[in-house]
Amino acid sequence: MRRLALVVLAVFAATYAFAQTADKRRSGYADMDASVQKMQDDDTANPAMLWVQEGEALWGKPVGSANLACADCHTPARLGGMAGVAARYPAWSPALGRAIDLEGRLQLCRTLHQKGPALADESRELLALTAFVARQSRGQPVASPDDRRLDATLRSGETLYKRRQGQLNLSCAQCHDDNAGQKLAAVTIPQAHPTAYPLYRLEWQALGSLKRRLRNCLIGVRAEPYPYSAPEYVALELYLAKRAQGMKVEAPGVRP
Amino acid sequence: MRAWPLLAVALLACPVPSHADEELRSFLIVGDAIPDTLTGKPGDAARGRTVVATRQQGLCLLCHSGPFPEERFQGNLAPSLAGAGGRWSEAQLRLRLVDAQRLNPDTIMPPYYKVSGLQRVAPAFAGKTLLSAEQIEDVVAYLATLKD
Ligand code: HEC
Ligand code: HEC
Repeated sequence: MRRLALVVLAVFAATYAFAQTADKRRSGYADMDASVQKMQDDDTANPAMLWVQEGEALWGKPVGSANLACADCHTPARLGGMAGVAARYPAWSPALGRAIDLEGRLQLCRTLHQKGPALADESRELLALTAFVARQSRGQPVASPDDRRLDATLRSGETLYKRRQGQLNLSCAQCHDDNAGQKLAAVTIPQAHPTAYPLYRLEWQALGSLKRRLRNCLIGVRAEPYPYSAPEYVALELYLAKRAQGMKVEAPGVRP
Repeated sequence: MRAWPLLAVALLACPVPSHADEELRSFLIVGDAIPDTLTGKPGDAARGRTVVATRQQGLCLLCHSGPFPEERFQGNLAPSLAGAGGRWSEAQLRLRLVDAQRLNPDTIMPPYYKVSGLQRVAPAFAGKTLLSAEQIEDVVAYLATLKD
């Protein structure tokens, strides 16, 4: 009996160790120069923190005909803080009957609860609020929900990810699964984990959303980028989140 | 420095060569090759080198490396172009440029002379080939000189 228990334990330990070493996933962070990594790690050097601060101010500002601030509903006593929230998006919205990403959730709060106009896609306010919320999940594992209602969206995200597109006729998977770690001219192709978004890109000199990143990749292969409001982005984001399940949220990150 | 996104911007900004005005020339594939030139005349190797070495034109060095000491950043997603002319005939090189997927369905090498069967091509590039028939012949002529 003891013997069996030991064997079981050994097998379990070996499997566990294997699972540990078999995880080849790696954030784009790991491929950056130490100076850029330091910028992401140090709040006083991370330019994205400007947006986080702005987001914090917006969080407390009443808007819309309901004249409510985000903070009015999300009091510690009522809906709690935002820790862990960004880590589980995209998620199912019963109100809309479809999957939405974090930006979509903020827009929903704005239109439904605050009764104000939606914010413009990729606007400074939307990015600031997203960064403020995402910052509160920093260090937490990506926890994409195990929700059957998301299945169809997840499947379409996977299909989009594996589909060749554009004049260069390349799929996301061909670069980010098959050739990650290789050099595309000067750039190391990352595994395309969404863990650091929204992030500050030195090249953009600004904070940008995951959608902006995906649009850059689409434009790179000379495909027509989907409009910002397209469900294709949410589907891709969900697929990327599932791929990154358990990895640490780094938002708001920095990339060269 | 950020070659890839800059490239994307550069591609969008630069006027698209007028390959669209030109009818897609017909060609015959024999085995793993296209024996006849697309233009009826041989290409110009010097011009071909420029197409390959100029990122905005050929995009070749995104993925390939080759004998281009002046180009600092060359990709490593694909075999070096050095020696390509020793490994393949002009006819074989032509098909590899025109539509490499004919030889390897999973290839990442873009089809340089093909407009059909592509999905969601950006309007600025729709119906246009990556390179013109003349450019294909120039590149073939250049690659053929890369004997070792
Ligand atoms: C031709 C290669 C290529 C294709 C195809 C491509 N990408 Fe990318 N992608 C890159 C490169 C290179 C980078 C790194 C960007 C840089 O540093 O300039 C990148 C960055 C990313 C990132 C950011 C990773 C990080 O750590 O910040 C994500 C996410 C991403 N891509 C997703 C996608 C998706 C989804 C698709 C398909 C719709 C796609 N990519 C298609 C080459 C590609
Ligand atoms: C997005 C990546 C990519 C780009 C851009 C690209 N290639 Fe390729 N090429 C490849 C890969 C990968 C192979 C290996 C064969 C295969 O996978 O089909 C290849 C194979 C070749 C070969 C055969 C090599 C050999 O010796 O076996 C030649 C010649 C070639 N490419 C020339 C070019 C030229 C010239 C250009 C630009 C006009 C170009 N390629 C652009 C990815 C690329």
